[in-house]
Amino acid sequence: MIRRAPRGLAEHAPILFPALMLVVFFVIPFSLMIAVSVFRRVPGGFYEPDLVFANYERFLTAFFGGVMSFSLGLAALVAALSVGIAFPFTYRLVKLPRRAQIRWLVFLLSILSLSEVIIGFAWSTLLSRTAGITNLFVALGLMAEPQSLSPSFGALLAGLVYQAFPYTVLVLYPALARLDPYLEEAARTLGSSPLRAFFTVVVPALRNTIVATTIMVFVFALGSYLLPQLLGRPQHWTLSVLITDQAIYQSNMPFAAAMAVFLVLVSLALVGLALLAGRREETA
Amino acid sequence: MLMRTLNSLAAGLIALVLAAPILVVAGVSVNEKKSLTFPPQGFSLAWYAEVFTDPGWRGALITSLVVATLSAALAVLIAFPLAWFLWRWRAPWARAFEVLGMTPFILPPVITALGFLSFWAAVGEYGSPWTVVVSHAVFFVTLPLVTLSLGFGAVDRSYVEAAATMGADDRTVLRTVVMPLVRPYVISGFAFAFVLSLNEYIVAYMVVGFTLETLPIKIFNALRYGYTPTMAAVTVLFVTLTAVVFGLIAWFGDLPRLLGAWAKND
Repeated sequence: MIRRAPRGLAEHAPILFPALMLVVFFVIPFSLMIAVSVFRRVPGGFYEPDLVFANYERFLTAFFGGVMSFSLGLAALVAALSVGIAFPFTYRLVKLPRRAQIRWLVFLLSILSLSEVIIGFAWSTLLSRTAGITNLFVALGLMAEPQSLSPSFGALLAGLVYQAFPYTVLVLYPALARLDPYLEEAARTLGSSPLRAFFTVVVPALRNTIVATTIMVFVFALGSYLLPQLLGRPQHWTLSVLITDQAIYQSNMPFAAAMAVFLVLVSLALVGLALLAGRREETA
Repeated sequence: MLMRTLNSLAAGLIALVLAAPILVVAGVSVNEKKSLTFPPQGFSLAWYAEVFTDPGWRGALITSLVVATLSAALAVLIAFPLAWFLWRWRAPWARAFEVLGMTPFILPPVITALGFLSFWAAVGEYGSPWTVVVSHAVFFVTLPLVTLSLGFGAVDRSYVEAAATMGADDRTVLRTVVMPLVRPYVISGFAFAFVLSLNEYIVAYMVVGFTLETLPIKIFNALRYGYTPTMAAVTVLFVTLTAVVFGLIAWFGDLPRLLGAWAKND
């Protein structure tokens, strides 16, 4: 089989359907959303074509600034915690026998694909007064009586890390699975303790992977829209929640679209950075 | 020795924390009375029966299964020709479509959801049940695209050359040589998209939230009126279904390879 450039309609035909689908149902909706962000809102839930930047001007308000900085701070915290736990975990995971690895991977994939609705429901049950973990503390004599731990910032953080942890492991997994085992072995032969070898050889060797993963998890955490509503209080609402709220309940599509455009720009810039960090490692 | 004990302890703790919410929900789901208590009081599977007998829950379950099946099938139909084309021909420009297929999955989902909302509203189809199938298919096309790219990448080109030398045209090569080799990747791509569509909330909600009730939408709507053991039962069913699907992928395919680790004999 010679791999040359395709010629003529017949050879191009297979790509027509996928290309059409992606352009019509992704590129056009996406462009439309950008267009809507400069449309003018008409009271009554609709909007009409225009070129106004009023929706973007609202970014300058203190309320929006507060939501934005809370979202970014929360996502950063979730990313740091997830990578901090997931990196050593994945490092051990790739050394397990194949069968045990697969069992863990199935478990992690199952949790990763759970609906946010289900994660939110499960965590609020776990932290509730009647069925929650505090009943266990009471039984152990650590607490006088059971109490509800949700909604709270802690509950939200726990739910988000729970959701992000499997994602983090799966992003780290390829890099750690491919890490040359001789690197660490050499360090051990030269007399390093396992802990020292981990921190002085493994971590520096994968520094860019860690940076790239942290950014990817950050973007992932920015996308959470239901957990803040289910596990947090209104002051814990993130940008994603605000976008949904404006689009559906306040029927202000132009403002929702403007915030979405902003979120796209932040996410794309970050993903670009992550790709750059990842690439540097491959060439190094 | 101490290190090893600590490591197993840490792994055990992580497994416990990951399983804890599910275990508590499973416990709550077998309560005899309509209350969320743990440990459960009494034992009853009535709440599981209700998922299948109550028209609301059963309808949502069927809707979700139909939407997930159709959208996963459509996602594979979009991804297969694209991945094949990229593998068969030297066409760097076509990589743009691959990137396009990856984007919705990387961006925060609310963005894709909002894009679909404005699109379906603009073409006057907002709320039509079929729009969620197309939306999910495009949203999750990334998964079959990734598995199929891996699958085609793993095909030994010398087989293809052998077949071509014997006079097989592209179509015959695809049917008799390539297809059997990439079939596991087609199936796992379908399964990934199926499971994620089953669990997806925001896109479905923004596109057909007021006309169609998928299971995640139904659970979320029901949450507002208080928690019931039925939700716990639905959750347990969902978790089980998800784990079974991934278990099957692992059973029939090479899961570590699908997730990016090199196979042992590479």
